[in-house]
Amino acid sequence: MRYAIIGAGPAGVVAAETLRARDSGGEIILLGGEAEPAYSRMAIPYLLAGQIDESGTYLRHTQGHFESLSIQYVQDLVKALDVESRRLILKEGGSVEFDRLLIACGSHPVKPQIEGLDQPGIHHCWTLEDARSIAKYATAGSRVVLMGAGFIGSIIMEALVRRKVKLTLVEMADRMVPRMMDQTAGNLIKQWCIEQGVDVKTSTRVKAVTPDSSGKARYLLETDGAGEIPADLVVVATGVRPTIGFLAGSAIETRQGVVVDDHLQTSVKGIYAAGDVCEGFDWNSGNRAIHAIQPVAAETGRLAALNMSGCKTLYTGSLAMNVLDSIGLISTSYGAWQGKAGGDDAQQLDASRYKYIKLQFEEDRLIGAITLGITEHVGVLRGLIQSRIALGEWKQRLVRDPSRIMEAYLAKTQ
Amino acid sequence: MLRSLSIEPEKCTGCLQCEMACSYENEGVFNPAKSRIKVFVFEREGRNVPYTCTQCADAWCKNACPTEAIQINAATGAKEINNGLCVGCKVCTIACPFGTVNYNHATGKVIKCDLCGGDPACAKACPTQAITFVDADWTGYSKMRNWAQRTDTQSSAQV
Repeated sequence: MRYAIIGAGPAGVVAAETLRARDSGGEIILLGGEAEPAYSRMAIPYLLAGQIDESGTYLRHTQGHFESLSIQYVQDLVKALDVESRRLILKEGGSVEFDRLLIACGSHPVKPQIEGLDQPGIHHCWTLEDARSIAKYATAGSRVVLMGAGFIGSIIMEALVRRKVKLTLVEMADRMVPRMMDQTAGNLIKQWCIEQGVDVKTSTRVKAVTPDSSGKARYLLETDGAGEIPADLVVVATGVRPTIGFLAGSAIETRQGVVVDDHLQTSVKGIYAAGDVCEGFDWNSGNRAIHAIQPVAAETGRLAALNMSGCKTLYTGSLAMNVLDSIGLISTSYGAWQGKAGGDDAQQLDASRYKYIKLQFEEDRLIGAITLGITEHVGVLRGLIQSRIALGEWKQRLVRDPSRIMEAYLAKTQ
Repeated sequence: MLRSLSIEPEKCTGCLQCEMACSYENEGVFNPAKSRIKVFVFEREGRNVPYTCTQCADAWCKNACPTEAIQINAATGAKEINNGLCVGCKVCTIACPFGTVNYNHATGKVIKCDLCGGDPACAKACPTQAITFVDADWTGYSKMRNWAQRTDTQSSAQV
């Protein structure tokens, strides 16, 4: 059996290792699109913050890890997939034939349609190469504008603050991390970041980026809402999209991402998808969803590999979950944090201490949650949600005091 | 044979000696807030429940880690944090459905029970044998592990 895996991120690497554990004799080819060892994009902010060196971003640290598992690691981009001949066409001219394929090539950052964003000195913060460019310009005292206060933007923010740049954060929405935090939490995070010295401008749109003719800065950003902002470096974190361009014209069904069934198989038999590129199901609603997060990448990588190697394993959907550290203020969100029609919620807010917890219920089960300023036992929110525990009398206790999540879990399981 | 912590809440008096011992063993201070084992008090029911990592077979924390910073100690079976590799991203703290991996602000890393390298201080400190360190097959963890399997995004199929 010959397995090919497109993408050497967490989904691809976990899949390769799982395949090897299941099939000692199969041939495994892991294709990474960048000229780097397999690394974690999630670790890049910590590299920029100076907490680790590049090797600290690597997914595996043992010398010769892939060789020792007889996993062939190839650094090349896949240009096209020929489903008929079951062959991948590589950018450098070669090709790879396969019996089973995993598409785990992740996502890529997108730039909004704004004049002047294609100039040098304007970077995404997505690859190790991006990080090297940013490190060059994001020096102490330099003026940096970060576009986008979503999850990725907010994580990069902390790294830039640690580099002691003069930081302006520009976000179109009316609060920070709008896709992970409600109004209360998003505004508290904003207020906190302002207190830490970041100039946060929400409800602000960048209209154009032009070279500063006065020579005082490298660029001027024209905004609607916040006037002109000078910048020596612009970092664009305005969203990512699944990388599906190379599948155009193939028989693989794509929508936002690569559409998979309840075994992570695509519309073509023997071809599977996992990680950020994979359009699976939301665990709460059962609706189609892409959850581009680390735990889901690792889980779907493993499940897809089990199915590829003949161990039929059901994929029951992915639970959205995020944890964010905004210059020391830690927030999490889980599942249906926005609530559900017909459901109810409970919350506890101590704004002056930046503490907040909000729980969402459907009948007497927890379906989603947001926390701010809480780091003890937050994982149990996942346990409560995904075990579908009927809380019974503990629901009312949680409504009165939402902080007693751990007690609710223990009372119902121990 | 691997040994693991066995917890019998009905024997717990709520004295918190385990929290003190854990904190002293791992952090060098007597501070229950820094303990990796936690006693949850149910006043209404008059019940105390010590709780910590079960070193579960699923190893949700380990699977979720992006930098290979959670490793299995072959001698004890414990899932241990390698501080040199942990970047403090906290993904394990939200991925563990038991809530037993916590972020430590002071170090910027996560902390969890590592069975003290095979001689857990909490079990030694417990005066009523509510916490004991016994052959893995004998522990009450099977119950907790059943709950782990009900957290059903991760299939129970094992490689």
